[in-house]
Amino acid sequence: MGFNGPESLVLVFFSLTGRLLPAPAIDGETMHLILFFIFAGFCLAGAINLLLQSHPINSALSLIVVMTSLSVLYLLLGAEFLAAAQIIVYAGAIMVLFVFVVMLLNAGREDRTLGSRAASVLGLPAAAVFLGVLATLFLRAQGLGRAAISQGVTTTEDLSRVLFHELLLPFEVTSVLILIAILGAVALARHGDGSGSNRERTVAK
Amino acid sequence: MSFFQQEVPLAWYLLLSAALFSLGIVGFLIKRNLITIFLSIELMLNGVNLSFVTFAHQWHAVKGQIFVFFVMMVAAAEAAVGLAIIIAVFRARATLAVDRIDLMKL
Repeated sequence: MGFNGPESLVLVFFSLTGRLLPAPAIDGETMHLILFFIFAGFCLAGAINLLLQSHPINSALSLIVVMTSLSVLYLLLGAEFLAAAQIIVYAGAIMVLFVFVVMLLNAGREDRTLGSRAASVLGLPAAAVFLGVLATLFLRAQGLGRAAISQGVTTTEDLSRVLFHELLLPFEVTSVLILIAILGAVALARHGDGSGSNRERTVAK
Repeated sequence: MSFFQQEVPLAWYLLLSAALFSLGIVGFLIKRNLITIFLSIELMLNGVNLSFVTFAHQWHAVKGQIFVFFVMMVAAAEAAVGLAIIIAVFRARATLAVDRIDLMKL
């Protein structure tokens, strides 16, 4: 059985630690299972911690935990480029932006109100029902396979071949979107001596 | 030991993505801070991304992963504009509590 990708690294780790205790022979599937449980647990713990924390900076940091452990799950599913992009774009760029804004605005603890009554009466049961429906749907679904990295890793070459041949126009449109977003962000967050600031001051009064 | 001898079913990945999405919905509903609500939206986006990657692995389809790539790009643009809006709101109202940002409420 060949090992490639992240499983080999963990196998090295386990073989180093395994000298201390007589570990059973770990094959690729077991390694996949162990890695899945570890990082799915990190994911859920981070997401629940995001809800429990009352300070925005703690919520942002626990979302970083969720994103980095998701990138390990992407590697297990054979998406190596997305695993790198998840860390670089999400955990690197977007979350740094979030943390920067939280620190810039110096936002304190949120005052615990229970929210609107409609949210707690209607919204939370609706979310629970939604999760239940999705869970039964996925558990009953026939024909869903099993995750195995031996079933093929989508390399960056495969991805870029499709991206730059068939989907070149959407890719370029995305770059225009990013440019417009940059311009919009600068225009919105500018310390106003333009016309926008007068309106803001009247609203503040 | 037979439990450990099997590969991970893809349904578990989908369950994880559903759980992340639902936790994002709950966070969107119960949090009262503008930035934390925005973080919950990012959590929902990540849950959907995980299901995209799972189905791309199931069908051996590259385009599912490319869709995740586009979702990441749009999320980056959305985060930039949204945080700029949050800064503008904070400058105007000096608060981030959504209960006090009620100018457009009836």
